[in-house]
Amino acid sequence: MSTQAPSAIEKPVEYVSGITVRLVGDSGDGMQLLGQQLTNTSALLGNDVATFPDFPAEIRAPRGTRAGVSGFQVQFASHEVHTPGDTLDALVAMNPAALVTNLADLNKGGLLIVNDDSFEDKDLKLAKLNTSPLEDPSMENYRLIKVSMTRLTKEAVAEFGLSTKEADRCKNFFAMGLVYWLYGRNMDATLRFIHGKFSAGKSTIAAANEKALRAGWAYGETIEALGHSYNVHPAKLTSGTYRNIMGNQALAWGLLAAAQRSGKELFYGSYPITPASDILHELARYKNFGVCTFQAEDEIAAVCAAIGASYGGQMGVTTSSGPGIALKAEAMGLALMLELPLLVIDVQRGGPSTGLPTKTEQADLLQVMFGRNGESPLPVLAARSPGDCFEIVQEAWMLATQLMLPVIVLSDGYIANGAEPWKIPDVSKLAPIPVSHPQENNNPDGPFKPYLRNELLARPWAIPGTPELMHRVGGIEKEDGTGNISYDPENHQKMVHIRAQKVANAAKLLPPQSVEGPASGDLLVVSWGGTYGACLTAVQQAQSAGLSVAHAHLRYLNPFPSNLGEILSRYKKVLIPELNMGQLRMLIRSRYLVDAIGYNKIKGKPFTVTELVEKISEYAK
Amino acid sequence: MNTALKVLKADDFASDQDIRWCPGCGDYSILAQMKKVLPEIGIPPEQTVFISGIGCSSRFPYYVNTYGVHSIHGRAPAVATGLKLARPDLSVWVITGDGDALSIGGNHFIHLLRRNVDLNIVLFNNRIYGLTKGQYSPTSVEGQVTKSTPMGVVDHPLNPISIAIGAEATFIARSVDSNIKHLATVLKRAAEHQGTSFVEVYQNCNVFNDGAFSYAQDKATRDDATVELEHGKPMIFGKDKDKGIRLNGFSLEVVNLADGKVKEDDLLFHDEQADPALVYLLSRMRHPQFPEPIGVFRNVEHGTFEKAVRGQIDQAVEQRGRGDLQKLLSSGDTWTV
Repeated sequence: MSTQAPSAIEKPVEYVSGITVRLVGDSGDGMQLLGQQLTNTSALLGNDVATFPDFPAEIRAPRGTRAGVSGFQVQFASHEVHTPGDTLDALVAMNPAALVTNLADLNKGGLLIVNDDSFEDKDLKLAKLNTSPLEDPSMENYRLIKVSMTRLTKEAVAEFGLSTKEADRCKNFFAMGLVYWLYGRNMDATLRFIHGKFSAGKSTIAAANEKALRAGWAYGETIEALGHSYNVHPAKLTSGTYRNIMGNQALAWGLLAAAQRSGKELFYGSYPITPASDILHELARYKNFGVCTFQAEDEIAAVCAAIGASYGGQMGVTTSSGPGIALKAEAMGLALMLELPLLVIDVQRGGPSTGLPTKTEQADLLQVMFGRNGESPLPVLAARSPGDCFEIVQEAWMLATQLMLPVIVLSDGYIANGAEPWKIPDVSKLAPIPVSHPQENNNPDGPFKPYLRNELLARPWAIPGTPELMHRVGGIEKEDGTGNISYDPENHQKMVHIRAQKVANAAKLLPPQSVEGPASGDLLVVSWGGTYGACLTAVQQAQSAGLSVAHAHLRYLNPFPSNLGEILSRYKKVLIPELNMGQLRMLIRSRYLVDAIGYNKIKGKPFTVTELVEKISEYAK
Repeated sequence: MNTALKVLKADDFASDQDIRWCPGCGDYSILAQMKKVLPEIGIPPEQTVFISGIGCSSRFPYYVNTYGVHSIHGRAPAVATGLKLARPDLSVWVITGDGDALSIGGNHFIHLLRRNVDLNIVLFNNRIYGLTKGQYSPTSVEGQVTKSTPMGVVDHPLNPISIAIGAEATFIARSVDSNIKHLATVLKRAAEHQGTSFVEVYQNCNVFNDGAFSYAQDKATRDDATVELEHGKPMIFGKDKDKGIRLNGFSLEVVNLADGKVKEDDLLFHDEQADPALVYLLSRMRHPQFPEPIGVFRNVEHGTFEKAVRGQIDQAVEQRGRGDLQKLLSSGDTWTV
């Protein structure tokens, strides 16, 4: 659906309901920056947006090669969007390798903009091509726009006397200008960004980048090949003030909020690992919030330091990705035995081992559920979107402090680097997270009992410095109540049960599971984590097509919500799509004896809505 | 109201727990000296925290009536670092062993020392794995026959003091479990030092490695097998105080004072603030070629880690004001619907 609208400039503007664009180039070409700017600008224009950055693990992968291609996909729309889009309305390719590795996703009739200057013989050779893909007959399927971006950029910035390399680096801003014109994007926010980024001593670079951006825009206005531009009306979001937010950023801010709500200082122990490091970078900037960030010598030290801080009465937090979580496993078991509050956050990536550091996957669920020695259950929560990371870490800290145990939060690379518009919450309306430290000895007959429990089975969080409450905690099994070392068989069985029941008690503090769609029917799609948007959109499409299908997205993976079993029983079939080999499916099947069907993709990429709709259609009949 | 400070005694630091070390273990002596020293330091039990890893020595926290964490193998320095960063007001001790600190926890050990966190680390070195019943440790000597090395150890041992120098520790000392007066003095000085204080204690495991340090423990041999480091004093040793240590080029040598050819002034005078290269030379003195130094090898002042970290936080608050969450969430580009 589109409507013609008059334009301020000569060319007409066509309004469409949504656009999906992918920008691809070398990993040094600035595609991620271009994508982030386009996202931010679109969000500011009131569109709903969803993004998918996809880049290689190497910082500067070999130039011009297929392995070095870095991409950023964004969907912006006048309606709610929960995914970055399946197929592309437009593809901007900076070189042949980027073109051939991404062309398959471009819609027939879609717009293909290429940097014509980078299709020389040497570029083709780097991309392992014998002939230019631009000469291929298949190009007739697309609206190909060849732009001499390198040359035009060089000419545009000639007045600044930059080196060839510096001038060449401005070409992503030229591309950006062209894309901005094409989709009626306002340049103001990006101009602010340029001048903010290249301020001190680099004003020439800033001026050149601005010139390149404007030249790209002017090029779009001028060339005949582009007869009109497009635009997208603002989406109808609930009223409020919004900003664009990325997953790791929201997570870091959520930690600040949790600390403030509980009256604690945040102690954050971490070791650099993709894709979690941005949380460390973000929190390191907020020392004025009383945040103590500790870049430890390794993953184990990071979690152990956080445990030490929690023992001292602060908010101990550690984050990592799969390989680091494996290293932290023993210490997580210790925190579980000490019964101290702690947050362990796993920003999942493709595995096993080093795996696919920059790609997304959901294959750590069983690791965080069971990857510790002994009977060692812990609560596990999973974020569903970038903005949700803000909420979920606060919820996790509430659980950790109310139950006195470590809580695991799962995010993933897709959520961590993805962005979406986010309604800014009113901080004054965030309820306090009540935390107290005992001051009095709870044992009239002798020394303080650190393992005396309340109705939720939580022990008191007595902290060093408190007179008369001196006590020792450790990883050896302990007698209930006193916490003294105990090898008594009956006591061990009792303690194992208490620790398990404590985790089960989390369900009492959490809301029940909800379902989107009919309360009973042919098919229930059960999802968790970052596949939320794709599953929701697919179920909505299937519902519109008349299928009897509902959607239950699980936020709480351990313990499961108390009503989940009953919900599962109301549908003929249960389909569980996951970016793993069926980890939630295994848990659901063993817990509820439901013959759940799996749909599993392990490609380091998120689900497309199309493939999910196909799967749903297969089973919902 | 009685506002006078309570005078602390050793009993104030005794916990109600049964001690489960083997009879005759050197650990008893170290515990006794610690309980004697703690009241002298004057920090009340509730402000004191003992953190340990895994091993015989690491049961220590249960036996002192302070706060304590018996953590996991090798990781006590990391737990202690987090605690000290969170709570600089506390007096923190790390109790560890040769396997705990130098093998599984080697990484944390060196990073603790280089950061100079203001805490005290006491390493009970018995050159054996005791709690796992007798395997060789990273300080076991070459050729040592243990359960896991029936034909003798082939690895070259680590020297804890040399490592501490390499990591630029600001306080490095050594003592012997049976030399109780000396041990008490060293522990007290460790507690007084600002920064990471590292104390190696020669500790006899009478079950799995009995007599490993007999040369330094037995009355008959210890005066000739050890040399007491005293700041500003010449390095003299021997039952009759007739031997000394002299610096010759880049090497140390044992010299005889009895014949009068070498005078006291020719000897090496111990300097706790000496160049680390010289301290390193001291750390290499090994029995039987040399008497092994006991006492404080090095004691220098350097800013502590937690002060620097907390200092940045204070500086950030001073320069930017206390963080305002609402302002942060609303920062940058926003739009209103």
